[in-house]
Amino acid sequence: MTAATMQRNKPSGIRISKRVLPYVLSLPALLVCIGILIPFFTSVVYSFQRYRLSQPWARQFNWGDNYISFFTDPKFWNTLEISLLYAGITVLLELLLGLGIAMLLQKRSTLNNFISIMLLMPLMTAPALAALMWKLMTNPGFGVLSYLASLIGLHDFRWASSPSTALFTVVLVDIWVYTPFIMILLLAGLRSLPTQPFEAAALDGVPRSFVFFRITLPMLMPYILTATLFRLLDSIQQFDIIYAMTQGGPGDTLTVFQVEAYLNFFQSTNVGRSAALMIILWAITYFLSNIFIKNWLRLRERARGQA
Amino acid sequence: MEHTSLLERILRGIALTLVVIFFMFPIVWILMMSFQTNETILRIPPQLVFKPTLANYTALITGKLTTAAGTLDIAFMRNLWNSVFLSVTSVAVALLLGVPAAYAFARHKFRGSEDIAFTLLSFRFAPALLVLLPLTLYFQKLGLANTYIGLIWVYQLICLPLILWIVRGYFEDIPADIEYAYRIAGHSWFATFRKIALPLAGPGIAAAGLLAFIFAWNNFVFALVLASADKQPVTVGALAFITSSGIQYGQISAAIVLSITPTLALALYAQRYLVEGLSLGAVKG
Repeated sequence: MTAATMQRNKPSGIRISKRVLPYVLSLPALLVCIGILIPFFTSVVYSFQRYRLSQPWARQFNWGDNYISFFTDPKFWNTLEISLLYAGITVLLELLLGLGIAMLLQKRSTLNNFISIMLLMPLMTAPALAALMWKLMTNPGFGVLSYLASLIGLHDFRWASSPSTALFTVVLVDIWVYTPFIMILLLAGLRSLPTQPFEAAALDGVPRSFVFFRITLPMLMPYILTATLFRLLDSIQQFDIIYAMTQGGPGDTLTVFQVEAYLNFFQSTNVGRSAALMIILWAITYFLSNIFIKNWLRLRERARGQA
Repeated sequence: MEHTSLLERILRGIALTLVVIFFMFPIVWILMMSFQTNETILRIPPQLVFKPTLANYTALITGKLTTAAGTLDIAFMRNLWNSVFLSVTSVAVALLLGVPAAYAFARHKFRGSEDIAFTLLSFRFAPALLVLLPLTLYFQKLGLANTYIGLIWVYQLICLPLILWIVRGYFEDIPADIEYAYRIAGHSWFATFRKIALPLAGPGIAAAGLLAFIFAWNNFVFALVLASADKQPVTVGALAFITSSGIQYGQISAAIVLSITPTLALALYAQRYLVEGLSLGAVKG
């Protein structure tokens, strides 16, 4: 080998390694995830099959039957309705509460900072364990909340074990766990807003409500959107709280998508229906997450710009 | 803004007090229950003053619960150990896989890099059972059902996207010029990564690791579907505990306290990074 070819080889060797390097670095992470992509496609296949674990011999493709039967299946409509209702109520209430609390804590002071850190504790509690905590507190025999309810005249308030109040109870737990999530995001948003518009408004004697609706809210909108969509995506898939609290019951009062799919799979061993349910839920979340990612990216660019 | 009336300050005070009571009460109450005997727990009206006992905790730690009906074995310590082991290992694996990938995504815009990063992000938002249900059937065939390896693999679903996206942001914040300068001084790519990029992104990596730990610890559905009793973490174990020992409310409360303490402690420690972690790097605290 002559000196000339060696010189030519060296830089080209570096160039190749430089091009390959990022792939080498990200490959292990990718391989781990590919293992997770396979079951996703399996789910798609299952959803087009008649497949019950109890009758493996009868397994065959029935193409769209699982989906078509949903149209006339009141249980499916119940699942869809309760999922949307649950997600809608929790996110709306959490947004209002979270925004309110964030505004109460907006001013930086030792007390406010201390409270905002304390309020993070429910968010850091595992949702399944939070549900158990509330289950203990709403126990009809000794639960402190049952006792408090009886003090205000609700003597037979049965919380999660009655169909009429089960939704209320799990929504309450969801609010307890996740309001701090919205609060902390909006608090960070509020504190990062520029102060000039507010100073100008104060100088001009603009009414408070006007400041809130015309200055604060529009400027906070990217944060509100990101926080809301984040929660909406999680809430429509809620499983932990509902399963730990009532296992979807009483009856089918709380059979939201994931709970219904879980019960279909493990109790009635109906893999086909379970998979079809998950594909529909996935379609909903895919739609939502596309909107979400756009807002999230915009906010992320802004955060990076500040750094 | 400054001229707030007395009335407004009082109303704000009341509102904040109510907020603090609502969000703190369940934790305080369960903590109190964990120091009570079943006898005082069952008393109505509920007792605010009682003689605290450590009996619930000793029963959990020794694994033996002596009741009038005989001795009951409690496997809760096993659940606690599973939680520690699963969370720590999952985060370690996620850091090992995620940090180099995050560096690649931050520094080298290669073909398909954004698509890959977003695919990873989308795992965070896909319904868990969509993947988990077929996975149970696969895991049974592969012999991964009810193994730590199988669980740790699935835990990457939550840990990897979190670490990838947060750490990526921290790498992007390091000016590339610092790394170029070090490279020009004749150092290899790997030395630059190890000596410059890693230390500078260090706090972010640590924070991402802590958050991933919290999310792994709090996860419920993975182990519910894929693990049986001897591999279950506290989230699933506590639920089983409630159904199996029905009326041992003191021990159940103590078990819940032991299960939520680690995440609460870590959260307080890492609270400065919490906003950033919860928003996957979109909002800075």
